[in-house]
Amino acid sequence: MASNASDCVAGLARGFAPDRAALIVYLMAGYPDKETSLAALHAAARGGADIIELGVPYGDPLADGPTIAEAARAAREAGFGLRESIRLAEEFLSEAGPDAPPVALMNYLNPLMRMGLEQAAESIRNAGVAGVIVPDMPPDSAAPWLSVASGLDTVFLVAPTSTPERMQKVGERSKGFVYCVSTTGVTGERAQLAKDLAELVDRVRSFVALPVAVGFGVSGPAQVGEVARFADGVVVGSAVVRRQGDPAEVEGFVRELSSAVRAARS
Amino acid sequence: MSDVFLPSAEMAYSSPDAQGFFGPYGGTFVPETVVPALSELAEAFCETLDDPAFAAEYGTLLQDYVGRPTPLFSAERLAEAVGADRVYLKREDLDHTGAHKINNTLGQVLLARRMGKRRVIAETGAGQHGVATATAAALLGLECAVFMGTEDMRRQSLNVYKMRLLGAEVVPVADGTGTLADAVTATLRHWVERVEDTFYVLGSAVGPHPYPVMVREFQKVIGEETLVQLQGRAERIPDAVVACVGGGSNAIGMFYPFLRDLPPEKRPLLVGAEAAGLGLDSDKHGASLAKGSPGVLHGFYSYLLQDDAGNPLEAYSISAGLDYPGVGPEHSHLKDEGLVRYEPVTDTEALEAFALLTRTEGIIPAIESSHALALLPHLAAELGPGALIVVNLSGRGDKDMDIVREGGLGGE
Ligand SMILES: Cc1ncc(COP(=O)(O)O)c(C=O)c1O
Repeated sequence: MASNASDCVAGLARGFAPDRAALIVYLMAGYPDKETSLAALHAAARGGADIIELGVPYGDPLADGPTIAEAARAAREAGFGLRESIRLAEEFLSEAGPDAPPVALMNYLNPLMRMGLEQAAESIRNAGVAGVIVPDMPPDSAAPWLSVASGLDTVFLVAPTSTPERMQKVGERSKGFVYCVSTTGVTGERAQLAKDLAELVDRVRSFVALPVAVGFGVSGPAQVGEVARFADGVVVGSAVVRRQGDPAEVEGFVRELSSAVRAARS
Repeated sequence: MSDVFLPSAEMAYSSPDAQGFFGPYGGTFVPETVVPALSELAEAFCETLDDPAFAAEYGTLLQDYVGRPTPLFSAERLAEAVGADRVYLKREDLDHTGAHKINNTLGQVLLARRMGKRRVIAETGAGQHGVATATAAALLGLECAVFMGTEDMRRQSLNVYKMRLLGAEVVPVADGTGTLADAVTATLRHWVERVEDTFYVLGSAVGPHPYPVMVREFQKVIGEETLVQLQGRAERIPDAVVACVGGGSNAIGMFYPFLRDLPPEKRPLLVGAEAAGLGLDSDKHGASLAKGSPGVLHGFYSYLLQDDAGNPLEAYSISAGLDYPGVGPEHSHLKDEGLVRYEPVTDTEALEAFALLTRTEGIIPAIESSHALALLPHLAAELGPGALIVVNLSGRGDKDMDIVREGGLGGE
């Protein structure tokens, strides 16, 4: 399980505490513009995000629903791609100092390939980013990336459709945590959590020693509180991105989510 | 299989590997949610390969429903016009629904039914694959939804109407430019959501494993028949075999048996015609092999039109069936290995070839297929007197009347 935050653990594990679920906040790099997204990163950190998942805008966001896809489109129009996103992360991390929450880049595979896997891994590492999540790179297809990505936590995903063998494989290859997709489908706010979500997390846990974080469709404090009761981490994406144009609103919202996480097991 | 030449170990062209890689190309780069469905599909597909009952049912449909074997027609006036000795047209334009697409959709929809899926989905560009899927679904009694870009729905309204008549739901896709690539993305997204009860019928030799190899298996009948028909006329192995390449399904269906059954020194020159649109130097084309670079889109690694940041670029062609920014992984491999030559053909060249075939033979081809026809004069000149060339006429031109009229052909 996760180590104690004070233990000077490197990587994404630092974001998890033993006594409560971690709050993982997703933001889109460069949306609506560079300065505002930088301010939103700081706002999320101040609001109590334990880990930040920084989305890299991409032209064919296969796993994303309308909110994130639209933010990606706007960010690309503002000139943002992988290079700019890495620079943004670096700027945020150096400004925020040692107490900054660890950052994972959420990016699709092709921009990494286009930069060159080795060079991409190198720049991401050099920026101080702790890990990457690549939604279109299942563990079976990850060997070329993993061979150059040492020092980075590559997080793999499990889904409600994953077989036991696949859960096992994800557990073996993942570093930092395992990302459990709450429902079949794309990212985006949903009124209801998937039923049987707690059972799904239990099932994943029986194959996985790492912390298990739940994402896709978690939209507000009430749902965060519910998920935080049984998962090691909760990811909130679209609901934050929707507010990203106003960093003050991001901070307030993240604060509410953070309280929900803290209250969940008390 | 063709009984012209029996394959031996030395001549064997064997791709892909078990993970679906053709050399470095192909693979499975998709969200985890659909990975189990792809494994299940690969397994079910492999079982059909050894199942005589499946082969019999599929074979009967190809014969009695599609109208196979399609003729291999000696186009004498066309041959004379382009300066070749003989030109044979493989008449996929005579397939039921008007293009080779039905060979593949019948295979996949049969497989869907066998896997117990009640519902199929498909993407479509020109609407040919959508119509072929809706047709197969009607025949076999499955529910069908087809995703189509709004711009393509406008350009191909007749096919939209046909699909609805056939009982399919046509789902408009307004994302991006409202064309084929957007429709593929929307279909994949929808599949991620409904993967448990839905079968994705992919329309070309693209996508994650096992689609490229499965589509090839369902289209290889084109090349197999061609080999048998050539032999039946006591013809020699042709000097060149030509097909147009969008995603690459009609081309691989034609080329694969030649690669598999013939030793390298006996193979004809295999030529794929890519859409050069308004020209390779414009940014309006669909020539992924000539102008693209390797990358991942829609779940597989292959040549791809992309920008410096790795975003897919919009493809363009006068033919809605060729305006795709990627290309099937096997074609990328065949290009790198030098086993197939790929040539760009512009809109204008395709329209000229369209007019030429229409006037010399009384056959109105699809604009996609016209790209292959456009290479004939060049190949005849290159190969010299006595050239024997086979062209895969992948579809008929009924769907293209409006576009051709706009292009200024056939006016007073
Ligand atoms: C008649 C015809 N030929 C060719 C194509 C291109 O597809 P592929 O390259 O998969 O054969 C299409 C696609 O719609 C088509 O309708």
